[in-house]
Amino acid sequence: MNYFPDEVLEHVFDFVASHRDRNAVSLVCRLWHRVERLSRQRVFVGNCYALSPEILIARFPGLKSLTLKGKPHFADFNLVPHDWGGYVQPWIEALSNSRIGLEELRLKRMVVSDESLELLSRSFANFKSLVLVSCEGFTTVGLAAIAANCRFLRELDLQENEIDDHSGHWLSCFPDSCTSLISLNFALPLETLQNILMRAPQLVDLGTGSYIHDPDSETYNKLKHTILKCKSIRNLSGFLEVAPRCLPAIYPICLNLTSLNLSYAAGIHGSELVKLIRRCAKLQRLWILDCIGDKGLEVVASTCKELQELRVFPSDVLGVGHAAVTENGLVAISAGCPKLHSLLYFCQQMTNAALIVVAKNCPNFIRFRLCILEPTKPDPVTMQPLDDGFGAIVQSCKHLRRLSLSGLLTDRVFLYIGMYAEQLEMLSVAFAGDSDKGMLYVLNGCKKLRKLEIRDCPYGDKALLTDVGKYETMRSLWMSSCEVTLGGCKTLAKEMPRLNVEIINEHDQMEIGSEEQRVEKMYLYRTLVGPRKDAPEFVWTL
Amino acid sequence: MSSPLLRAVEGEQSDVSLVASSPTVDSSQNGSGLKERNYMGLSDCSSVDSSAVSSLSVEKNNNLNLKATELRLGLPGSQSPGRSSLNTGKLDEKPLFPLLPSKEGIYSSIQKNVVSGNKRGFSDTMDVKNSVYTAGNWMFNSASESESPQSVEQGKFSGNSGMNVVPSSRPSGAQSSIMKEFPGNLLQEHHRATIGTSHNHKTASNNNNSAPAPKAQVVGWPPIRSFRKNSLATTSKNNDEVDGKPGPGALFVKVSMDGAPYQRKVDLRLYATYQELSTALEKMFSCFTIGQCGSRGAPGKEMMSESKLRDLLHGSEYVLTYEDKDRDWMLVGDVPWEMFIDSCKRLKIMKGSDAIGLAPRAMEKSSNRI
Repeated sequence: MNYFPDEVLEHVFDFVASHRDRNAVSLVCRLWHRVERLSRQRVFVGNCYALSPEILIARFPGLKSLTLKGKPHFADFNLVPHDWGGYVQPWIEALSNSRIGLEELRLKRMVVSDESLELLSRSFANFKSLVLVSCEGFTTVGLAAIAANCRFLRELDLQENEIDDHSGHWLSCFPDSCTSLISLNFALPLETLQNILMRAPQLVDLGTGSYIHDPDSETYNKLKHTILKCKSIRNLSGFLEVAPRCLPAIYPICLNLTSLNLSYAAGIHGSELVKLIRRCAKLQRLWILDCIGDKGLEVVASTCKELQELRVFPSDVLGVGHAAVTENGLVAISAGCPKLHSLLYFCQQMTNAALIVVAKNCPNFIRFRLCILEPTKPDPVTMQPLDDGFGAIVQSCKHLRRLSLSGLLTDRVFLYIGMYAEQLEMLSVAFAGDSDKGMLYVLNGCKKLRKLEIRDCPYGDKALLTDVGKYETMRSLWMSSCEVTLGGCKTLAKEMPRLNVEIINEHDQMEIGSEEQRVEKMYLYRTLVGPRKDAPEFVWTL
Repeated sequence: MSSPLLRAVEGEQSDVSLVASSPTVDSSQNGSGLKERNYMGLSDCSSVDSSAVSSLSVEKNNNLNLKATELRLGLPGSQSPGRSSLNTGKLDEKPLFPLLPSKEGIYSSIQKNVVSGNKRGFSDTMDVKNSVYTAGNWMFNSASESESPQSVEQGKFSGNSGMNVVPSSRPSGAQSSIMKEFPGNLLQEHHRATIGTSHNHKTASNNNNSAPAPKAQVVGWPPIRSFRKNSLATTSKNNDEVDGKPGPGALFVKVSMDGAPYQRKVDLRLYATYQELSTALEKMFSCFTIGQCGSRGAPGKEMMSESKLRDLLHGSEYVLTYEDKDRDWMLVGDVPWEMFIDSCKRLKIMKGSDAIGLAPRAMEKSSNRI
């Protein structure tokens, strides 16, 4: 390969798309490293504190698309204090001061200020795509800057962010003709929906907001007619407030939909949902609430033969209601949807028998996340832990990359995971296991493990310290409400200088020097740049 | 369902009290009745594990007894009722994995660890002072912070006999570590929230009224994003109000502070008094030391300790105000708490100087309301 000019190598590398593969390519030799890095356009940074913007810019001068993730995953569930970190501002500043022609920015769990958005909108003439998932810190002022200044904006995807002001006024900042816009994934109020659809008829992704209207009203009728013209819509989401009688307006586009997100639509009853879904035969991705019920999931199973990803969220988070979906719904889906590979399923109960059947029906799972709403709930029929059920899943699904466990579980399930889950990259554990063995099985067995997050499990210093080298092969480890002590964490930090071992010390619980004291929250990650300088005072980097 | 545990525990009442009185218990000495895991009422479970344990410790070399840990695809014996959807007759019944010999070394010490006293029960996350355990009843709805066994709905056995009291051997002995079991219910609003005070569970009883008590709330469980929780709470609240009755849901309001780069949200139902709310807000905003911390990524290292901020707040440099249903801004603290929750739409921590005009109006308003 040394005889090829760089351009040929580069051309060959163009066919290598995934980050992993490109990272592997760059390790072959210096020449390949150089050619690869100069030609790389898309970079994924799974932990914004693993490196610095300067390192990124120096290595990849041709960067066009950057994905950045900030806070640990459990921050989504209020386990991480708000001001922990994850600020995007330094990144945008550094990028804007460089020659990088950024076109796409995808952020997850980061703090994004209006100032950052404004700077972003002014710094990159060709900016095309902004995706913010589970971020916070910005308002519609920042969004207005994006709408107004990014002339070539194609995609604006805002999912589950904490945005301050929900007025639609900023939407009027879009230019009159957004021929480039193909994706607007956030809650568009109905009045502006109409407006936007007129300006951007080629929309492929669309989010809707309040969708309550009198079906006889003029606005509604106009909307109906406009939607009819939007033949290109493939992904539909939103529906935060919905009048079921208005749903028929979207029936005409149902047949073309490949992705439908109804998971905020608590106002729609199961029967209405079912009527809608019966028309969506091409669905590949469905996010829905559990009020669809097991029966509704049977309809999904019989209608949506192309289904690849299913997420069933709980509609009753306070637990005052009745059972909505159980193992039966999942079994029906597994039997009817052969292409299913990603699952997130919140349910009242699960049985080993059902999981075993699901494992057999769907050996192609890549992501399997099961959340039984009540922690440590056993199989209600046998009163056994769910070790065998999950064991069947990991044994059957040889490509499983992500797994979330729940229900009553002993160390045995981790033995199975360590033995069988060879491709596992991310594991989420809560209220499970009996002893350090559990964690050790996983650390020893899962060679490809990258992220491990554990809460409320009896794992202590022994589990933490048995194989410290493992953590440099992983992106991060989160442990909260476990048995690790301050002394154990300090030992780990001392032995592994290239890890940041952060202790989150809220409520002034810890005193310096009390080595046996349990650490409430620990987050460690590998990094090239040492302890971060923006940590708040309640975060100690050991 | 009368579980074997019931008999076992009832027969060993004296063991319970003995265990309770000794602070450090080597629970592996307790024999069959009071193994740590029995509080689950899962004698089947523990017997499976104990058979695995005993068989494994017996076999010294590679021939480990695999039966207990056999993984079979297919219906597990006769335990589950026949389900038409579970047609697994064709499945392979042979054991799917032998335990690897290399793991054998671990097993000799399993026995010790299986019944270690270190298991953190679900209850440990919940500041449970007392809990009542009912076998097989995971949905425990009681009207109050139940201290009395009589409130157990399906009392399989009266309160204390069901309790497997194993004191914690943890030195730090944080919460109420005496109870290491799953209450299967109980105290609602049990938020050891990152933004709340540590005594929020006392507010639980205020939220009860006539609705059946919701299940105990564990921080961060179920694992869904706040965005989703809030939008569901809003939607269901709207739906309920349409129906004419208020929902029991969380009551999130935004809290902003002059000079802070972004807002926060609090669930007012977590608190029962102004003091609790104020403490929580102090903690939440203690990082925003008058314009220093923030989203720039370089917060000042000077620490504004909580007491200093409290002094600030009480020293009237900052005051807490709220926007009510009529879109007026009022000083927080003038009206009874319940009335405040009902009418508060937003909170704002303002500089004292900006809030001068508010107090008299608040008094006026509430007197007008009466």
